[in-house]
Amino acid sequence: MKEKLVLIGNGMAGVRTLEELLKLAPEKYDITVFGEEPYGNYNRIMLSPVLAGEKTIDEIMINDMQWYEDNNITLHAGKKITKIDRVNRQVLADDGTVEEYDRLLLATGSRPFMLPVPGADLPGVISFRDIKDVDEMLSTSKTHKKAVVIGGGLLGLEAANGLMLQGMDVTVVHISGVLMNQQLDETASDLMLEELKGKGLNFLMNHATESISGDGRVEKLHFKDGSDIDADLVVMAVGIRPNVELADSAGIHCDRGIVVDDTMQTFDPTIYSVGECVQHRNQTFGLVAPLFEQAKVCANHLAKMGIARYISSVTSTKLKVTGIDLFSAGDFNGDEETEDLVFKDAARHVYKKLVIKNDRLIGVVLYGDTVDGTWYFQLMRDATDVSDIRENMLFGQHHLGDSGHGAANSTDNLPDDAEICGCNGVCKGDITKAIAEHSLFTLDEVKAHTKASASCGSCTGLVEQILASSLGTDFNDTPSKKAMCGCTDLSHDEVKNAIKAQDLKNIPQLMEALEWKNADGCHSCRPALNYYMLSSWPNEYVDDPQSRFINERVHANIQKDGTYSVVPRIWGGVTNPGELRAIADISEKYDVPTVKITGGQRIDLLGVKKDDLPKMWADLSDAGFVSGHAYGKSLRTVKTCVGSEWCRFGTQDSTGLGIKLEKMTWGSWTPHKFKIAVSGCPRNCAEATIKDIGVVCVDSGYELHVGGNGGIKVRATDFLCKVATEEEAMEYTAAYMQLYREEGHYLERTAPWIERVGLNHVQALVVDDAENRKRLAERFYKSQENSQNDPWAEHAAKYKENYIPIKQVS
Amino acid sequence: MSWTEVGPLADIPNKGSRVLETPDGDVAVFRTAGDEVFALFDRCPHKHGPLSQGIVYDKRVACPLHNWVIDMESGEATGPDEGCTRTFDTKVEDGVVFISL
Repeated sequence: MKEKLVLIGNGMAGVRTLEELLKLAPEKYDITVFGEEPYGNYNRIMLSPVLAGEKTIDEIMINDMQWYEDNNITLHAGKKITKIDRVNRQVLADDGTVEEYDRLLLATGSRPFMLPVPGADLPGVISFRDIKDVDEMLSTSKTHKKAVVIGGGLLGLEAANGLMLQGMDVTVVHISGVLMNQQLDETASDLMLEELKGKGLNFLMNHATESISGDGRVEKLHFKDGSDIDADLVVMAVGIRPNVELADSAGIHCDRGIVVDDTMQTFDPTIYSVGECVQHRNQTFGLVAPLFEQAKVCANHLAKMGIARYISSVTSTKLKVTGIDLFSAGDFNGDEETEDLVFKDAARHVYKKLVIKNDRLIGVVLYGDTVDGTWYFQLMRDATDVSDIRENMLFGQHHLGDSGHGAANSTDNLPDDAEICGCNGVCKGDITKAIAEHSLFTLDEVKAHTKASASCGSCTGLVEQILASSLGTDFNDTPSKKAMCGCTDLSHDEVKNAIKAQDLKNIPQLMEALEWKNADGCHSCRPALNYYMLSSWPNEYVDDPQSRFINERVHANIQKDGTYSVVPRIWGGVTNPGELRAIADISEKYDVPTVKITGGQRIDLLGVKKDDLPKMWADLSDAGFVSGHAYGKSLRTVKTCVGSEWCRFGTQDSTGLGIKLEKMTWGSWTPHKFKIAVSGCPRNCAEATIKDIGVVCVDSGYELHVGGNGGIKVRATDFLCKVATEEEAMEYTAAYMQLYREEGHYLERTAPWIERVGLNHVQALVVDDAENRKRLAERFYKSQENSQNDPWAEHAAKYKENYIPIKQVS
Repeated sequence: MSWTEVGPLADIPNKGSRVLETPDGDVAVFRTAGDEVFALFDRCPHKHGPLSQGIVYDKRVACPLHNWVIDMESGEATGPDEGCTRTFDTKVEDGVVFISL
């Protein structure tokens, strides 16, 4: 017989837990849900748009009655649980219903805090919490004129805005001088105050309510300073309190909320709790994102997988209040030990404040322009040293020398047919429609349903903006820690550290030790793990071809029609008639449809059938060619200009150095593709300043530039250092490449890696510390010893059967 | 049901696949980590990518062109993606793989 799971509280956190549980273990429990409200589960965040008349109740339902039926869940809507009998494992409802449980989930949520002032119980004094409140506000707005909202926080402002749109004359009463003081500093609050006054809202700041009076219905509000104001309707929005009474009466340990551990378990091991009713490590919750994370953890334990832990950490808030974009994170008020970077343009209603301590960003407030919120939050989370970018960081990521994807900065004013994702042709309307139809909350969900930002990712910021404005007031986009993939909750760094710390020598061993959720991983984590094994245990780990993407498995690039391209290595881009003749002959022999020069100065033979690959490689091998690795997360090409040998401006032998660098680095696996260039003078014809490492020759030596790339987001290199000799240029290159191989996340190019760890960090380890540089370079040379075998020759000789059909049937 | 011999199971890499050429087009014959064998028409329902070249995990394969993930038992695309590719029955007897075309 199946175990019985009872959920008390039919709100977003509880039902989300059920959804996560059904994904993990659909057949595990007989599920029964009790909810006080006579509805299915609706999106409470969207009550503001309902009040504002922009949405109807039907449009904000997440799970309608049909959903419960489809999932065989018994829903008791409109029934209130009055008692939990822990001894007999039963819950009792107010109508006499008794339900037994093996596991109980408490998601009783919170209730608005009502100021304990005289008159607070008069008719016409309400809160803003559920559909009933919204109904009352809407009906009052038709018959009465004057509304007062107590509380200038997020919820209060939303209520005020909605009532104003319903035609009421609204005054917001706030006890402090700063609106939304949980999210804003004083300057941002002043800007907001001014903007909201312009829209027609009235404010009484620094006013404390003393009492409410009226004859049979609210008529007046009295303040502690003796003044008063007329009111036909009073909405209290001064905060929420976790609903703990039911749990408390059952003897479950409660403080401000129901106390839970990292597994969302209460002090009774059969009872779990999630949502606004819980208290976890002394913290209570009011925003939706942490609740969803709790739901995931709780579902994992209810499914008896027992591996997830809830860790609340620094969160960011991206909000849209009455049409104004806000973002805040961390300690945005600062103290004596912090420094502020401030940008304010009152006419454009834009304000940005960054709080910096010890060269690290520790707090952010953005008002009006929140495009860079995600980026700032990432800098905070990674504790990136920002001293290098300090001058420009206030102006946003696109001011850091990269020209980026030429898209609009704000999505609000775009029409529905504006293309957001250029890779997959997804328009704004497609995204907003998918968010509404499928009740999407996160970037990953939007990616999965629409494919927007699922390819190159350059439109991620725009998609997040659309998500934020569609979801309205509460959208928390950036997870506090990014898991490697759906198979684990660990981040790239945690996995990499564990490989060394726990001496994990192969992928199956790693998946067992780190409790991978899927026995053989997925297409996303397996290639990453294979790389981490290779870079952690060079010359020891045996490569797993089945964990490599097809291009690296067959040493050629797959094309859209399933054929492949072949790019032989041409050292430094220098060739000769004999080599060209051989390539021409081989191209004719295998009927190569297209021969093209690549951006990296090599020759691309396109349209080769898979079973021809080994034969072609054997011929190329006979003519002296090796693989060009144009398909790999590895050293691609070293691009050069002709340099001092021919050029009248050349200062050094750039082609010669390019060839030496290519001979040193070819065959090495890296987190992502790796490109090098050598230019013979500062005119920089080899475009060395958009390469992963670029050498620019000058009369007195060699400038080394790092962390550049063309592509999706153009990024010019940072200047690493200048060296005097070719030997030094090569040693620094080896050391730098090795540092990247050891520290980079899989599929992270050097540009984002350097932005993550900071140029100072790289300079300290590669330039300033000569001993460390030598050690890095040594490790690079060592791992190259076994990786410079030409894979083409090897496959042509030994693995031909991988390239031909197993059988032909007629 | 008539069975056609494909070849020894050992000739298909674990968590990999080999192609069977037929007059009606290529068929991808997969071997999972647990040595189960599945066969799909070698065309992704999305943009016709050769599924035989994808990364195999669990009972799924990720198309090499755009990472659509196809369930090898049903031939259906997983997640929100929608599409289906034809499946073929297979069996393994004494280490030899057979397919019903």
